[in-house]
Amino acid sequence: MSTVTAPADERVAKTSVITRLMRRPEIGALMGLIVVYIFFSVVDQTGTFSGLTGAARWTDVAATTGIVVVAVSLLMIGGEFDLSAGVMIGTAGLFAGLLITEYQMGVWLAIFLTFIFAAGIGFINGWLVMTTGLPSFIVTLAMFFSLRGINLGVTKAITDTVRVAGVDEGAGFDSARVVFASEIIPPYNFKIAVVWWFVLVAIATWVLTRTKFGNWIFAVGGDKNAARNTGVPVRRTKITLFMLTSMSAALVGIISLLRLRSMQAGQGVGEEFVFIIAAVVGGCLLTGGYGSAIGGAIGSAIIGMAFIGIAYARWNTDWSWLFLGLILFAAVLVNTLISRRFQGVRR
Amino acid sequence: MTDVTPALQLVDVSKSFGSVIALRNVSMHVDNGSVTCVLGDNGAGKSTLIKILSGVHEPSEGQLLVNGAPKRFTSPRDALEDGIATVFQDLATVPLMSVWRNFFLGNEPTEWPWPFRRLNAKKAKSICKAELLDMGIDIRDPEQPVGTLSGGERQAVAIARAVHFGANVLILDEPTSALGVKQSGVVLKYILQAKERGVAVVFITHNPHHAYLVGDRFYLLNRGQMMAEYTRSEVSRDELVKAMAGGAELEALAHELENL
Repeated sequence: MSTVTAPADERVAKTSVITRLMRRPEIGALMGLIVVYIFFSVVDQTGTFSGLTGAARWTDVAATTGIVVVAVSLLMIGGEFDLSAGVMIGTAGLFAGLLITEYQMGVWLAIFLTFIFAAGIGFINGWLVMTTGLPSFIVTLAMFFSLRGINLGVTKAITDTVRVAGVDEGAGFDSARVVFASEIIPPYNFKIAVVWWFVLVAIATWVLTRTKFGNWIFAVGGDKNAARNTGVPVRRTKITLFMLTSMSAALVGIISLLRLRSMQAGQGVGEEFVFIIAAVVGGCLLTGGYGSAIGGAIGSAIIGMAFIGIAYARWNTDWSWLFLGLILFAAVLVNTLISRRFQGVRR
Repeated sequence: MTDVTPALQLVDVSKSFGSVIALRNVSMHVDNGSVTCVLGDNGAGKSTLIKILSGVHEPSEGQLLVNGAPKRFTSPRDALEDGIATVFQDLATVPLMSVWRNFFLGNEPTEWPWPFRRLNAKKAKSICKAELLDMGIDIRDPEQPVGTLSGGERQAVAIARAVHFGANVLILDEPTSALGVKQSGVVLKYILQAKERGVAVVFITHNPHHAYLVGDRFYLLNRGQMMAEYTRSEVSRDELVKAMAGGAELEALAHELENL
């Protein structure tokens, strides 16, 4: 605090540090993260969950979920959904895999083309939403089922099976694997995907809070008409967000293709709701205009802990879905209560 | 003052939507450094008039002139580029975003070269605070969400924003209709402040009392037609109120109410 501040305004109730902290969108998720971490550390049967060995496992789940959640969070702040983000993982993996195995393309070129292809799918999503005026929920649901059909249909037609295998024979496979699918920090063996995740969260946070584009994301999600009337390019902003979401899913598709050396046609289906859950747990409003990339990352970490924690507790992993359902409900409830209590926004 | 080119002028403008004629042969002019009031009851065609002035609709017939030159606006962005800013009734603010982010929305100041180009938040906050202070509103904290401001303060933010970004013509759509007496007074003060800066203000309202407090020229709109035009020296407040309410109708109403 400077010593020459203007006299305090009597209209302002003092905002304490706690109140200011509670106003952050990700605070509910952070408290949830601590609770979940303690809970699974206590019920852990292997004795490794709370340490780095356990962390290497749950950060892997968190990262492969979280890379897409970063983009999904921005998209949700921008007021839209993408239900095709899960199946897009499979589509991208199959696309790259087929280019490498059936067309003898170099791995790096195939990866590059896959990102272009994913950007195209995202563009179609965004263009359709903006042009037809239909809810993105419907448009991307249609894209979800279309891609699901295409994934199976094309893979079966070309390979006569439901998977694409043999990627490791492509030129450049080893160098690509180092970048996308290697392990770091022995003996714990964290996955390199965790690095990708951290970097993307950092970039997204910077873009969201510090750049013009970030300002526009909040504006188009908060009030589309107000944004348009003040000269924000609403259409361009939203289409860009859809493209980023598809491309982030493509990154995860490529990571798992290089890890497993093959791709199942059904990969990624069902993940789309996990992404939305992570974003919502992280404090993104379903109605748009509010949230953070860090919140989405915390939401992903909670999901990673839940999946690994349940396995480490030697419970049947079928229970993870129940856990996800409960945590979603609890998080939304807590976030709503917090924002009502501390936000003080008249709407 | 007839030799001065008006900042904004409509010549015989008509607008129809299918078979509905919303405006018929409307002519008006707006001068720099003055407040032009457009008065009209509900359904008089005020909204259509605003939408034509601000570029949302194109006139079906007639001409729109900016500083004497004919123009065609196809979007609010076109009008903005010619210095015509409109403060719509919904204020075009995003409630969950902070005051300074709203203030600079669509016109964000940036620093540093690409790819590190970022918002110059420090500059934005201090400009925002200073501009609002100029309007006589002491914003508590530019970081607070606009949704926490009162209606009058939000109006002030919207007006200050339009003036700051070089509005030459400022169109205000019913800025006082949703406000209390005191807040209306504050907004009327902003209108005079904008006028003193040389801005041509178009004040659209159905309240002749408010109009008379700040207006230099008054247009009366009824059933899509310009019924009358007064300058301030030609008309008293009572005359304006009467003209607005349709004179005889008001007397009949007063009589009716007295007999209750």
